[in-house]
Amino acid sequence: MTYIKPRFRHPELPRNKIGYAKADYEGAISTLCAGCGHDSISAGIVQACYELSIEPHRLAKLSGIGCSSKTPTYFLSNSHGFNAVHGRMPSIATGACLANRELIYLGVSGDGDSASIGMGQFVHAIRRNVNMVYIVMNNGCYGLTKGQHSATADAGAQSKTGSTNPFPSIDLVGLALELGATFVGRSFSGDKKQLVPLIKAAMSHPGFALLDVISPCVTFNNQPQSTKSYDYVRAHLEATATIDFVPHREEITVSYQPGHSASVELHDGSVIQLHKLAPHWDPTDRNSAVTRLLESKMKGEVLTGLLYIDPESQGLHELEQTVEQPLNTLKEEDLNPGAEVLEEINNSFR
Amino acid sequence: MKPTNIKDPEYFHKVVDCQYACPAHTPVPEYIRLIAAERYTEAYMVNWESNVFPGILGRTCDRPCEPACRRGRIEEEPVAICRLKRVAADNKGEVQRLMPAAPKQKNGKKIALIGGGPASLTVARDLAPLGYEIHLYDDQKAGGGMMRSQIPAFRLPESVLDEEVNYVLDMGVDAHFNTYVSSMKDLLEKDYDAIFVGTGAPRGGDLPKLPGRWDTKENIHLGIEWLASVAFGHTTRIGKKVLVLGGGNTAMDCCRTALRLGAGQVTVVVRSPFRDMKASPWEIEDAQREGVTILNNMPPKKFVVENGKLKGVLFEKVAAIYDEKGKRTLIPTGEPDVFMEADDVLVAIGQDNAFPWIERDLGIKFGNWDLPVVDKTTFQSTLDRVFFGGDAAFGPKNIITAVAHGHQAAISIDLFCRGESVYNRPAPMTNLVSQKMGIHEWAYDSLVVNDARYLVPHVEKQLALQDRTLEVELGFDQPTGFKEAQRCLNCDIQTVFNTSRCIECDACMDICPTSCITFTLNGEEDELRQRLSAPAHNTSQDLYVSEGLPTGRVMIKDEDVCLHCGLCAERCPTAAWDMQKYLYQVTKAAPIWNNSML
Ligand SMILES: Cc1cc2nc3c(=O)[nH]c(=O)nc-3n(C[C@H](O)[C@H](O)[C@H](O)COP(=O)(O)OP(=O)(O)OC[C@H]3O[C@@H](n4cnc5c(N)ncnc54)[C@H](O)[C@@H]3O)c2cc1C
Ligand SMILES: Cc1ncc(C[n+]2csc(CCOP(=O)(O)OP(=O)(O)O)c2C)c(N)n1
Ligand code: SF4
Ligand code: SF4
Ligand code: SF4
Ligand SMILES: [Mg+2]
Repeated sequence: MTYIKPRFRHPELPRNKIGYAKADYEGAISTLCAGCGHDSISAGIVQACYELSIEPHRLAKLSGIGCSSKTPTYFLSNSHGFNAVHGRMPSIATGACLANRELIYLGVSGDGDSASIGMGQFVHAIRRNVNMVYIVMNNGCYGLTKGQHSATADAGAQSKTGSTNPFPSIDLVGLALELGATFVGRSFSGDKKQLVPLIKAAMSHPGFALLDVISPCVTFNNQPQSTKSYDYVRAHLEATATIDFVPHREEITVSYQPGHSASVELHDGSVIQLHKLAPHWDPTDRNSAVTRLLESKMKGEVLTGLLYIDPESQGLHELEQTVEQPLNTLKEEDLNPGAEVLEEINNSFR
Repeated sequence: MKPTNIKDPEYFHKVVDCQYACPAHTPVPEYIRLIAAERYTEAYMVNWESNVFPGILGRTCDRPCEPACRRGRIEEEPVAICRLKRVAADNKGEVQRLMPAAPKQKNGKKIALIGGGPASLTVARDLAPLGYEIHLYDDQKAGGGMMRSQIPAFRLPESVLDEEVNYVLDMGVDAHFNTYVSSMKDLLEKDYDAIFVGTGAPRGGDLPKLPGRWDTKENIHLGIEWLASVAFGHTTRIGKKVLVLGGGNTAMDCCRTALRLGAGQVTVVVRSPFRDMKASPWEIEDAQREGVTILNNMPPKKFVVENGKLKGVLFEKVAAIYDEKGKRTLIPTGEPDVFMEADDVLVAIGQDNAFPWIERDLGIKFGNWDLPVVDKTTFQSTLDRVFFGGDAAFGPKNIITAVAHGHQAAISIDLFCRGESVYNRPAPMTNLVSQKMGIHEWAYDSLVVNDARYLVPHVEKQLALQDRTLEVELGFDQPTGFKEAQRCLNCDIQTVFNTSRCIECDACMDICPTSCITFTLNGEEDELRQRLSAPAHNTSQDLYVSEGLPTGRVMIKDEDVCLHCGLCAERCPTAAWDMQKYLYQVTKAAPIWNNSML
């Protein structure tokens, strides 16, 4: 019996700009079911962080409860982490983000964790534009508690035990667009070519970046009557665009036919290059994204890719004009400016 | 690329790097697992079936398997395959009862084996169970060939040699020792159905044209003649200052033997650079550890002899220049020549074949370097009932190659004696069996240990140098043998992919510690090798390519650094991957050992 990941790695593993190999972004061996989509997303996160040359200590992983929320153990073992109670990850993330704006915040949640118990928290994090990546590993069920329908299960979908879901589903992407989210994307765990650049773009976005990633639960929700199974999702995939993420100061090497491509420049100079597959859609126009999403829904497609981005996004820090420094680096003289200043402040309210 | 044909018996064989590199294709990981399980007797028999001399080879093999071992591509050192073989031999129980007996009722065919080295002994071992009457002729007083006359006892104790030579001779071989065969013509006139020539490459290389070579009769010796003379007890002492000319294993055996016969200062002088020395690295290390000095880039210029007495050797100083093709030229550096004093000089500069006893009008054709013309597959000469093998066939190699030749020659001789075509060769025996026992449970120990290679302990140097028959290496004890055995990656436990089961969840690709697996669009091999999960630069290792998958991609596995850890199969939700044990055995002329108990 093994189940211990050997220490040896490929001797010629390439290294990124800061000298790390992909292996340096790995975590403990996963205890999820063999073939779980969540593991693929973990691998996508590892790949994205490796490609972005992120120093692991500059990132914090946050999650709630669920199989999905367990995954932060399985990647980036040299990063910070906080495993919150069920559905409460957004408030932990909001607090952490306010306390220290120098870290990259990566929230990982499930459809149960976000669309049911944590819905109240989820919508406020969007509304406040907390500077974080928020990945929902969406399998349409409560995997950890053995496969009950979740709020993202489609009406009419059948669970493994045979019960049919009578309620319409909550579409987290549609909801986020409605709430004014500044970065909205959807992907599929089985499509790393799309997922990895989306994660990279989301990490470079200043503000709340939602990635709703369909992620089949092989054990409880991969049966033919499910709309979140590998086969169903593959058969109904429809992408807005193929996507390339070009970090700041790197040369753009892919070129697309004019009229079919769009590129969106981010605040830090990075560029998202899109080769559009969907006509009448502009990734920076919220209305066109909503329309495109509805069209797909009517046709029964699972629309993936970058759906909407606001390049002018102002994160929570900008909105609240918070202090630049991490709170734990503030000295007594910063925190206690003295009686005179207090007097001034008090006067301003009189 | 086309989907890989795993039905081709050579595909998975090649993945078992050590076995593939072994000339006799010994099932290495199979016996290593048996050692780990303390089943030494079976481990010995797996070896004996393939290589006939496990105890001897476990001490002396040239070990082509070790540079090939996958472990050496993953960390510093390969598995100590050779010395593990010795663990099996040292700890085995009664084995003779497991060996086939020659039938009382003979098959009516009579064959002659000329030479009693490993090649001939292998032919005898493989043919005796079939009822052949076997006559073996050798000019030495006992069997073993150069294993007896050349390999010094401090590397190979006589008792080990006797034991394994006798297992073969005890199978009813009619051995005629102290018998030099001086005429092939006479032999052909006797009623042998087939003749096997395993007479080795018995002539030592000399420097006949070097000035001074013939100015003295004493104190200049040919290495292999001198080693034989020491082995048989005719030579028991040597001068204080000894020079050994040559950089191969014979030179290493000469210098270490000289130390044991009382030489105070032994220097090996190599004409070319160290990196071109033919001796195995471990033989060089052993010699240096014992106090031998090795000098390089110094070809001898002349023997300095005064009044018929050897004074020493004069050497030129050179440097090696390599052209683009790697061809070497030695050019003088212009530095002054170096004179080195010597009481005795041992010339150890290679070995040649010599067949003065084979008349050239018998239909046995000879080609370059006085080597017979021999078919590389069948070992048949141009005279159909005469076969060659071992060093006699294609020039000096090593024991394991001689054994491999012996097996094939035995098959040919049997086919020939039964009137069948010698090209009608049997296919290898192969067997592929799933190792799955349960969730996370395999019939093999899939855990990959991190241990570095263990060193074999040696006797104290002082003691070793006092007695030329005292074995230097002590061998692994059982606990160390176990730990070394655990370093084996079980490369014979194959990753077998079933395309129709794969749901393309990527789990195997994501978990693989050494990035062996990629799901991607198919392409041409050269271009594919560049865009896999990790670059696949080692083109000697195959890419395992699946049939097309539903998304239009293929699964590609680079076999190069697979740890055979089984994680891909453990992470696969549909058992599209399975770990299956592949046993590959070269078919022998006769069934040797019933291994159904493995
Ligand atoms: C110094 C030295 C050290 C070596 N060390 C190693 C080692 O560590 N490991 C390794 O793998 N290999 C080693 N070798 C090589 C190895 O010994 C040979 O490759 C191997 O023994 C060849 O086997 P063979 O059966 O072809 O013939 P041999 O072993 O050479 O046996 C041939 C036999 O035939 C006899 N013979 C020859 N002509 C006649 C005749 N006309 N009539 C009767 N008998 C005859 C010879 O006397 C000899 O006994 C070493 C060689 C030398 C010289
Ligand atoms: C407060 C609270 N209520 C209920 C539970 C039980 N529970 C554990 S996980 C889970 C649902 C998880 O579903 P999801 O977030 O979709 O994760 P998945 O396992 O599907 O990845 C529930 C209801 C809990 N742990 N805590
Ligand atoms: S690791 Fe074991 S099976 Fe693999 S090549 Fe080395 S000895 Fe052979
Ligand atoms: S056995 Fe599978 S997981 Fe392990 S190294 Fe080989 S391909 Fe990778
Ligand atoms: S784990 Fe199994 S099903 Fe998944 S991609 Fe690999 S072989 Fe296919
Ligand atoms: Mg879920």
